Amino acid sequence: MPNTRIRVPKTAKAGDIIEIRAIIQHPMENGFRTTSQGTPIPVDIVTDFACSYDGVEVFRVRLEPGLSANPYFSFYLKATKSGPVSFWWQDQHGEVTEASEELEVT
Amino acid sequence: MTPLPPALVLLGVLAAGMVQFDGPRPSEPRSGYSFLTPELQNLQDDDFANPGMLWVEQGVALWDEAAGSSGQSCADCHGDAAQSMRGVAARYPTYSDEAGRVINLEQQINQCRTARQGAAALAYESEDLLGLTAFVANQSKGMPISVAVTGPIAESLKRGEAFFYERRGQLNLSCANCHEDNVGNHLRAEPISQGQTNGFPIYRALWQSMGSTHRMFAWCNEAVRAEPYAAGSQEYVDLELYERWRSQGLSVETPAIRR
Repeated sequence: MPNTRIRVPKTAKAGDIIEIRAIIQHPMENGFRTTSQGTPIPVDIVTDFACSYDGVEVFRVRLEPGLSANPYFSFYLKATKSGPVSFWWQDQHGEVTEASEELEVT
Repeated sequence: MTPLPPALVLLGVLAAGMVQFDGPRPSEPRSGYSFLTPELQNLQDDDFANPGMLWVEQGVALWDEAAGSSGQSCADCHGDAAQSMRGVAARYPTYSDEAGRVINLEQQINQCRTARQGAAALAYESEDLLGLTAFVANQSKGMPISVAVTGPIAESLKRGEAFFYERRGQLNLSCANCHEDNVGNHLRAEPISQGQTNGFPIYRALWQSMGSTHRMFAWCNEAVRAEPYAAGSQEYVDLELYERWRSQGLSVETPAIRR
């Protein structure tokens, strides 16, 4: 399972705008490169990323082969209630990677 | 050839005992960081977004993972890396009594694995070795590089220095032709740095992954159309040591971002 890093503030005040960050370790092979022997390296990418906040999807991206390795996303969320902020990645083979962090809203 | 007078032989032995490499450094060391665009500098400074930290985190996991017939992890002997490994990377490569030669950090990790843990050596440039090296080097972040220069290390430094100034490859260029004579000039759009190694292993944008000092040496050698040496070869360890000597005083930046 690929290595991931996520950052969600531990606590926030209701109504606060908080920054969410997520990164996944992945080569994002674009399919245009060859090995030193000239053999093409097939496409190998993460195709979907989504984030949900307390069960409701708040962010979704479809990724394409043009992206750099180790895709990194940063976005903002309005803190309304305590709950898990969950992250979900899926690669082209359907393999799913998940990570989650609790956010406490005071 | 007439035998040398005993006094001269004695002098020679004494000199060998105290041999020290201490030439003047060619220039004030300047980290590759200062040649980066502000965007890449920000990326390196951001401990979360810096992709090199992904490898450091792999190293964190490996540090606590038992390996080999001993069933021991790095942490079982060395404990908390934040204390035991602080400053270690700043003094490598260095002479190893066990190996009988100068070895670098990667080789020290592998020596621990084979001799103490009873595990197989990790392949050079493998994700695991890069992760562990990055993690150990990261513990010295911010500390000034300071390698030893006496005894057998001086011999290694001399060989490294010779390598640095020797022209090689079809383009017939030495390391110094770019990284000393043309620092700050451009190769196409790329500014030429001093070739300092204080941030290794680095996350290199061109590779889209982590790479060791030796991968960079091999890349540079290929760029001047020379046959590169193998990663972990004594030639590259000597060069690595000499490069570290040139970096004396620069802070360890591992994991650094480079282009």
